[in-house]
Amino acid sequence: MERVAIIGASMTPFGQRDAWVRELLAEAGAAALDDAGIDGDDLDHLYVSNMASGEFEGQTGVPNALAHDLAAQPAYTARIDQTSSSGGAGVYAAWQSVASGASDLTMLVGGEKMTHRTTAEATDVIASLTHPVEYKQGVTLPSFAGLTARLYLDEYDAPRESLGKVAVKNHANGVDNPHAQFRKEVDLDTVLDSPIVADPLRLYDFCPITDGSAALVFCPESVAEEYVPEGEYAVVSGIGGATDTHVVHERADPTTMGGVADSSDIAYEMAGIGPDDVDVAELHDMFTILEFLQSEDLGFFEKGEGWKAVEEGVTDRDGDLPINTSGGLKSKGHPLGASGVAQVYEIFEQVTGNAGPRQVEADTGLACNVGGFGNCVTTTILEGSQ
Amino acid sequence: MSDNETTDDATGSDEATGSDEPTFEAAEYADGTITYPPHTVSPNGAERVGTVDLRAYEGRVLTWTTSTATPPGVREPNTLAIVEFDMGEEYDGPAVRALGQIAEREDGSGETFDVEIGDHVEPVYADELREPGAGIREPESQEWDGFRFRPVE
Repeated sequence: MERVAIIGASMTPFGQRDAWVRELLAEAGAAALDDAGIDGDDLDHLYVSNMASGEFEGQTGVPNALAHDLAAQPAYTARIDQTSSSGGAGVYAAWQSVASGASDLTMLVGGEKMTHRTTAEATDVIASLTHPVEYKQGVTLPSFAGLTARLYLDEYDAPRESLGKVAVKNHANGVDNPHAQFRKEVDLDTVLDSPIVADPLRLYDFCPITDGSAALVFCPESVAEEYVPEGEYAVVSGIGGATDTHVVHERADPTTMGGVADSSDIAYEMAGIGPDDVDVAELHDMFTILEFLQSEDLGFFEKGEGWKAVEEGVTDRDGDLPINTSGGLKSKGHPLGASGVAQVYEIFEQVTGNAGPRQVEADTGLACNVGGFGNCVTTTILEGSQ
Repeated sequence: MSDNETTDDATGSDEATGSDEPTFEAAEYADGTITYPPHTVSPNGAERVGTVDLRAYEGRVLTWTTSTATPPGVREPNTLAIVEFDMGEEYDGPAVRALGQIAEREDGSGETFDVEIGDHVEPVYADELREPGAGIREPESQEWDGFRFRPVE
């Protein structure tokens, strides 16, 4: 199996954009091709991570549209939908295409256009991933977060404030990210006084609705230096994907994300490392509670102890294990299909030393992209090339 | 489980008998496990052998939330709970639970009952839990009736 390198990366500004999905994808795709120093027609494979362009704006067939816009024909194209983890699943597909030898040059572009919809409509599009017995009760993904947060706080005797501190931390990180939707700090009182969305969680415990796109270019590690100098590319040293139950209440322990644990076990084994070897991580903080659950199920902290790490500053940018240096989904925004790609973009910037004011000391970074409420997960580990 | 089965045919596609109200149907499998909702096979891959009516079992609130940002066709606010059923000492399969709305008080206030973790609750049938067709899902693709929960005094 070929070792796979990432030789180019880009992301558009995230937020409320005038552009529609086809234009967003082309914007990020063109920038990533430029970053790797290649043209569209150099690509063997072109993947698009997208959850719901048909449902959101009535535009289907986006991979073919993107291939035409970037003059990438006759590249093989496919759309990867794995709900909120479409981006991570796209990273997996792109890695697989090169690792298997099927493609010598693959680009992945993730994107979503959402903000033209009302919050209620966008919430319903996302909630359509649920089982009929869940959907008919009017459940939303934020409701699952509220249900799980209450159980977590009760079971592990964690203070409500600890969840608020995740939002405070990630907003502080987002200030230095020029692509982030929100570039402003918030204080704990603002988080704790914001309107209730899914009790006990409040507005600032949730990511926003976002438009945006991000892209990555993959090739065999053996030829990476034909495109970019040593140090300017990263290696996908480990990657794993896994699923958990579709019906959330059927999980043995609702405060454990089995897909996170299973996918990271695979990724760690492939990379030949353990959680202690990770220098920086991007976690899927669609809701603040998810940062606790993932940090525990990835093995960074003991079960029920993730909240203490946030309280003690361990996951701050200057802590022992910085988490969500990009600002996370919380402040950077969450354009569904783009998010998993943008997580890997941030880790790529970190391990190649190009993260600017967000830079931390990092040779090895991990991105964990979660679909549904932990229903499907991809964990990706990158190592720098210097 | 024999006291509570409505049938034990192998398809599990049975109907309630002897009652005007639909049953709260969970599936029972050849390995003894029970799931709600029913699946094609058990978590261990065993085939379905029958159904169990969860109305016969005591339920307790595992956790709850009140959602204030609800999708089209859903009541606002919407208080939801995950309820875990006590399937008896002989049952050693995975926990049997259901996600459900908390029922409205009967005093005409339009407010739902208050619940806390650990509260004993019982299912209450509702013929329409959310408005079919108001949201994105095709109305004919699923059922819209089902069970809410209310506290047991």
